[in-house]
Amino acid sequence: MYSDKIKEILAQHGKLSLDVNTLTDTSNLYDAGLTSLATVNVMLAIEDTFDVEFADSMLNRKTFQSIDALVEALEELTAS
Amino acid sequence: MSGVFADVQALVEELGRTVVSEYASDVDEKARFPSEAFEAFKANKLLSAYVPEKFGGHGLSISELCKLCEILGAYCASTAMIYAMHQIQVACLVHHGQTSSWFQQYLRDLVEKQFLLASATTELGVGGDLRSSVCAIEKNGDSFVLNKQAPVISYALDADAILVTCRAHADAPASDQVHVLVKKEDCSFAEIAGWDTLGFRGTCSSGYELKSKGHCDQIIPAPFVDILAQTMHPVSHLTWGSLWTGLASDSVHRARQAVRHAHKRNPNAPPVSSLRLSEVDEQLFSMRSGLYREIEEYKTLLAEGNPDAFSNFGFSIRTNNVKLRCSEMLVDIVGRALMIVGIMGYKNDSPLSLGRHIRDAYGAAIMVNNDRIRGHNATMQIAMRERS
Repeated sequence: MYSDKIKEILAQHGKLSLDVNTLTDTSNLYDAGLTSLATVNVMLAIEDTFDVEFADSMLNRKTFQSIDALVEALEELTAS
Repeated sequence: MSGVFADVQALVEELGRTVVSEYASDVDEKARFPSEAFEAFKANKLLSAYVPEKFGGHGLSISELCKLCEILGAYCASTAMIYAMHQIQVACLVHHGQTSSWFQQYLRDLVEKQFLLASATTELGVGGDLRSSVCAIEKNGDSFVLNKQAPVISYALDADAILVTCRAHADAPASDQVHVLVKKEDCSFAEIAGWDTLGFRGTCSSGYELKSKGHCDQIIPAPFVDILAQTMHPVSHLTWGSLWTGLASDSVHRARQAVRHAHKRNPNAPPVSSLRLSEVDEQLFSMRSGLYREIEEYKTLLAEGNPDAFSNFGFSIRTNNVKLRCSEMLVDIVGRALMIVGIMGYKNDSPLSLGRHIRDAYGAAIMVNNDRIRGHNATMQIAMRERS
């Protein structure tokens, strides 16, 4: 499942102020303390882990808003 | 260009040449609010220029609004900056308040009474980060109390209302913010920092401990993060870039007058300074071109109405680039113009003086510090992949 792996990445790179395990798949990651620098590190880790490339058009707040949003982005990238 | 705008543009040009220009030196010298200019703006309903026509405003577009800031910037950068800062707040209400009947009525009242809006975003203890608040709105039934230690509230004492950022409730994290309009009559101000600066002296950007109260309807019905991305961030940089371009263009204009004067003295050989004039005009050309391109991009995004597009990294970087390039090119352009004009530009009491221009120019990179903005861009640049 993408979401488990994304949680691992968030735990390692997200520098969140909350424990990742307390988040639901729809929790707002920005409210949990995700910064723009951490966003970029999370993106780079997802690219390395899943061998995908984020298109520039996907680099917006919505893409990184929640675990669900990241899973959706990843599904879009792996489908293409 | 609409017929309405042609009239408004001509009016602003006229006011710039007369009342704005006439008091610019006094405003600068005394670091006082440009009350004569704003009385004229209010009499001509220019404070509601961006309010849609259905509420009684001029309904100007963002590019038209920016043009007005550019015109004013050529006559008095402080006056233009206050006009721009007011319009940024108006744009926040126009873009994000219209779902609320309270804000619909407020926009009608703003048109009728020509309210001047100020802003209290930064706060002691957050290091200039607009996306963090220490203070929180305290709701009690339908009413609220909101107190903030604001290191800067430009023209606070001359405004009719202030838009204040704060945490959404007592337990909210620093980034969970709302944007609240407080009326002057519901505010008290205790000054905590003065405003005796090198430039932009007329903006009267002192710091205050603000204490306010109001009705919960005065909370803009959108998260501040969206207001910032969709409106405050782009409109700020585009209107500021516009007035700085006006300031730069007046500097080049003064340089041109000096070169022409030199040429007339010796018409058989163009003065060396004419080459310098050509060079500085190229810089102005670049400054204006980047700005206009980004105004058009923002106008297109507004027309398309996709809220996610405003937080796109590419758009954010380009918007920041307007601020970075325009503010730094401004210092370069005014400095070059000063070297062309020479001693008559260096004198404060000369018709070609560039003293106020160069003092104002240095403020542009300092207000919302460029290195902070460049730091945001630096992070986003790492994520970008495509050729720009």
